[in-house]
Amino acid sequence: MKAFSYGRARSLADAAATANKPGFKIIAGGTNLLDLMKLQVETPSALVDINRLPLDKIEETSEGGLRIGALVRNSDLAADPRVRQHYGVLSRALLAGASAQLRNKATTAGNLLQRTRCYYFYDITKPCNKRVPGSGCSALAGFNRIHAILGGSEACIATHPSDMAVAMRALDAKVETTDHEGRTRAIPIADFQRLPGRTPEVESALASGEIVTAVTLPPPPPGVQVYRKVRDRASYAFALVSVAAIVDSVRGRIRSARLAFGGVAPKPWRIAAAEQRLTNEAVGARSFDAAADAALEGARGAGANDFKIPLTRRTLHAVLGEITRI
Amino acid sequence: MDESIFPNVEVTRRTVIETGTTALLLSSLPHGVLASEPDQADRTPASIELLVNGHAHTLALDPRTTLLDALREHLTLTGTKKGCDHGQCGACTVLVDGRRVNSCLTLAVMHDGQSITTVEGLAFDQDLHPMQAAFVEHDGYQCGYCTSGQICSAVGMLAESREGMPSYVTADLIQPLTELSDNEIRERMSGNICRCAAYPNIVAAIKQAMGEQT
Ligand SMILES: Cc1cc2nc3c(=O)[nH]c(=O)nc-3n(C[C@H](O)[C@H](O)[C@H](O)COP(=O)(O)OP(=O)(O)OC[C@H]3O[C@@H](n4cnc5c(N)ncnc54)[C@H](O)[C@@H]3O)c2cc1C
Ligand code: SF4
Ligand code: FES
Ligand code: FES
Repeated sequence: MKAFSYGRARSLADAAATANKPGFKIIAGGTNLLDLMKLQVETPSALVDINRLPLDKIEETSEGGLRIGALVRNSDLAADPRVRQHYGVLSRALLAGASAQLRNKATTAGNLLQRTRCYYFYDITKPCNKRVPGSGCSALAGFNRIHAILGGSEACIATHPSDMAVAMRALDAKVETTDHEGRTRAIPIADFQRLPGRTPEVESALASGEIVTAVTLPPPPPGVQVYRKVRDRASYAFALVSVAAIVDSVRGRIRSARLAFGGVAPKPWRIAAAEQRLTNEAVGARSFDAAADAALEGARGAGANDFKIPLTRRTLHAVLGEITRI
Repeated sequence: MDESIFPNVEVTRRTVIETGTTALLLSSLPHGVLASEPDQADRTPASIELLVNGHAHTLALDPRTTLLDALREHLTLTGTKKGCDHGQCGACTVLVDGRRVNSCLTLAVMHDGQSITTVEGLAFDQDLHPMQAAFVEHDGYQCGYCTSGQICSAVGMLAESREGMPSYVTADLIQPLTELSDNEIRERMSGNICRCAAYPNIVAAIKQAMGEQT
């Protein structure tokens, strides 16, 4: 690890003012940042520790949703009775991620802002446009089994590794932030993470020094909620493909559907056309296939990840079958 | 110290924070840091206090020191092991304020004033903790390298389960958790890898300890 200075923020204003300085980084759970700092993928000159700020509450909003503080630990969010009751897809997605020890540290904001697990991003001896813009992408012609089939570019085909974010995408969450001048805004999660295009180093809509203070969830949508994660081992492994689905169906007919996919793109992948192909349709292989076609439109493998295309289709079938049989 | 920022700390912890960390607060970081010149940044060791296995220790540490290295290298508590140093194996598991975490992926300075329990702190005088005794009885190891992490993790896991925390394999998220099946134990312990694959005996040991604690 490169040497750095450490300071503990006493207030949000303090944190935002300090985090805005070049080379400064916020540290929350530290489970992603320290991992990357040990490998010198991240080399901040100072860490601003926000762990003792009062951002660790889960509150009900006046609209009937939830406001989740940026520092709520993944384990506490998954176990919250209101989340278990009304946002089961989020609870399941969180529980599918990492290990219990990591979830006890990992925070809501840190999870959203965790960086890709692309092997070459982690290896500072290899070209990587995300780590060193303009150096090239080692994954395109290299080992790319875990990489994106959707949303990638010539510059980068890395996936976003979060499970939690996939569920939040299906739930239409908003990310609340504040900056060093005390300005606040709420960013729809659809716009929070960025596609790589020609600037894969820009991963989120956050401006320099902007701090995530909370994630809000609107009132729970109708329907059954499922999170299915397909991976190389049964536990403690990142998703190859995951599906967050919220489907409202009655007597073999689908009234509404929301689908978000993880493991396949640089951000949680949600396609309105796929959901429309299920709405007011009869349950069955035909409508499920039509939804998969729409979700996978433009999908392209880079070789070793080609299998993700049929795997996504089959996982979607399995999830929709499971929900509509209940 | 602004009380409103630390609404819930107990008296002992507040004392520790007040006396131990003023040097760490952002507003008192040296000018070099605030000028954000990496080269000028002051890297004098940070002074912190850790309550480890019931004993208070004041340590002067490079901020880079992980909690794991603070325990092993500075307090010579070598029971906690370093396997991967990247959060991937669980060998470094300790309890921080009663919750299990990977001590390799957190900085010691972040835990100023907190209470840490390592495998050395589980036994009561000469009596092994029920979880330790169960691991011995069931031969829940071969080489033993993962064992202290497994034991601390299992102690933390049972506390989580008693609080009703669900897992990925919990069938019903809404009903209260009744009993931990083998499948539940395996899922909840998946953050602890055992290269010797002592898994069946680890599960047996945890089941025994679980029975004794209820
Ligand atoms: C072995 C292993 C397995 C894992 N498996 C999974 C998995 O299966 N699924 C999964 O989803 N995740 C997995 N993870 C990743 C884990 O979920 C993340 O490391 C964790 O969620 C990051 O949260 P944190 O609070 O520790 O973030 P930190 O490491 O503290 O921060 C991450 C980033 O967010 C920034 N940041 C943090 N808080 C804020 C804020 N409030 N405002 C602005 N910026 C902020 C930091 O500056 C940093 O850049 C795994 C991790 C490991 C080590
Ligand atoms: S896929 Fe992206 S993160 Fe991976 S090597 Fe290419 S540019 Fe880097
Ligand atoms: S040494 Fe910490 S998880 Fe492996
Ligand atoms: S006993 Fe050898 S690694 Fe577990």
